[in-house]
Amino acid sequence: MTKKILILLFILIPINANALIEVDITRGNLNPLPLAVSPLSIDEESRKGFEKILKKENIGSEISNIVENNLRTSGLFNPLDKKAFLQAPDIANLKPRFEDWNLIKAQALITGKVNYVDDKLRVEFRLWDVLAAKEMMALAFTTVPNNWRRVGHIISDKVYERLTGEKGYFDTRIIYVSEEGPKTQRIKKLAIMDQDGANNKFLTLGNELVLTPRFNPASQMVTYLSYFKNMPRVYILDIETGTQEVVGDFPGMTFAPRFSPDGKKIIMSFAKDGKSDIYTMDLENRIVEKITNHPSIDTSPSYSPDGKYITFNSDRSGYQQIYVMKNDGSDVKRISFGNGLYGTPVWSPRGDLIAFTKLHKGKFYIGVMRTDGSGERLLTENYYQEAPSWSPNGRVLIFYRETKTNSKGEGFSAKLWSIDLTGYNERQIKTPTDASDPSWSSLLSN
Amino acid sequence: MRLNKILKNTLLVLTACLVLSACATKKEVATDIQGQMQGDVYTGTDTVKYLADGVPDRVFFATNESILTTASRETLRAQAAWLRKNPGINVVLEGHADERGTREYNLALGERRANAAKDYLMTYGISSDRITVLSYGKERPVDSGSNPLAWSKNRRSVTVKAN
Repeated sequence: MTKKILILLFILIPINANALIEVDITRGNLNPLPLAVSPLSIDEESRKGFEKILKKENIGSEISNIVENNLRTSGLFNPLDKKAFLQAPDIANLKPRFEDWNLIKAQALITGKVNYVDDKLRVEFRLWDVLAAKEMMALAFTTVPNNWRRVGHIISDKVYERLTGEKGYFDTRIIYVSEEGPKTQRIKKLAIMDQDGANNKFLTLGNELVLTPRFNPASQMVTYLSYFKNMPRVYILDIETGTQEVVGDFPGMTFAPRFSPDGKKIIMSFAKDGKSDIYTMDLENRIVEKITNHPSIDTSPSYSPDGKYITFNSDRSGYQQIYVMKNDGSDVKRISFGNGLYGTPVWSPRGDLIAFTKLHKGKFYIGVMRTDGSGERLLTENYYQEAPSWSPNGRVLIFYRETKTNSKGEGFSAKLWSIDLTGYNERQIKTPTDASDPSWSSLLSN
Repeated sequence: MRLNKILKNTLLVLTACLVLSACATKKEVATDIQGQMQGDVYTGTDTVKYLADGVPDRVFFATNESILTTASRETLRAQAAWLRKNPGINVVLEGHADERGTREYNLALGERRANAAKDYLMTYGISSDRITVLSYGKERPVDSGSNPLAWSKNRRSVTVKAN
């Protein structure tokens, strides 16, 4: 489905090793950094060339709009109104007049230009520190014109990384379950979109119930639960080729699948005789291993990023709680001890935290705790929300939220939301239909 | 790293700011609504269908539970008698949960509830070959309400003819 992007990336000028501006990403959006995203300049010939191929009047402005939108939604940056810009884009890219940008209170400036070269899209951009009057970074990309949105995302990632010191998460996709119809008879389809909601596509037709899609961190593969032929089983789907395959040969329901960090195994639950245990299946040699063996419900397994540990949900204590064990099932330890029920543990890609859903006194919370269960922090409270999934840099969580119906049972909706790890910058992610069970991909380019 | 230090400090502050209420977890205990619930188990007949005369098709459960109530066992004994009289009929036991739980746990809970019904049918002489268990978790509520009565109708195992 997605063409592998061919991007030739080269650094125009070596990056200055000394940090100039720095954005403190641990403080949330209390004080987002004011910056100016000057539209990428474009000569008339290139503009016409892209207009013909991409049906966009000015691809330079379109790309800078993507950058501006990404940086704004991160909550860490405050892109300034273009109307206040004094310097023309082409001149600014050559050498900004820093006094002008200082005047409108921009602390950083992004400039660049777009060229149409041999049927390719060539983009260069520069990041400037306005106060220090210095260039911080300069990069150029060449790719096929259809990849223009991804170029905007990659620029956003580079700027984010340069200013925060951490990898970005903009050149990524979200897979989720699209929902339509009455609450008692929901039609559910797998859907995929860019992180910013663009390029939404449906991957299944809605003939059978589908749930809990999750990306393979190492490839464009997805694992999910499908009720195909009324037999709930874990499947894998290659989103490039569309081929689907049932995982393993289990005499009953398999569910709650996730990939191992290297993408080579599926970990999931298998339910039989009222018990649910955790199993893995190696995708290469098809060997199935039973990891837990307990009369309780053991589900929602998630590997640590080094693959050595597994966190999971179990009611072996009587109620749903979060546990951690070694990847062979040994050394099981309960880590959640707060008030309420805990579910859907998912290990941060940074390794230091586990995100979860908590149910306490009729409210649902998304929270995080350290991997030994200490330092529990609740990020958001609502009538119903669950199933957090981490951005690949471990800074943002995406989850879904359902609304309460009125006395007639009307008014139900399910939407995707994201929130910063700091608990700030909670926002709804727009989808064409109702949506649930989001899973965030790894960075498509590195 | 400066960043790490800041991160740690922020975590400390945020943790200190958290105010957690100190009450122990209790099950949500619903009140008896118009005589249709006992504890929080549904006892009404609104949603019940009949497999045959005097043979209700479903049993109901308390929140997070898969224990069969006295009324449920009576229903299942009637189903077992009907199945013994109709040896050609196979059934699917569809287990369900209410919407107040996480999706994956509810899938397991629905399976556990349907299995409780299956085990009971088997002790009354119905072969496991005739019974298939299918969990829908919270995916197929019968009542779309967001209130204790609606949830009690949705926590159920329904016996459906498979042929």
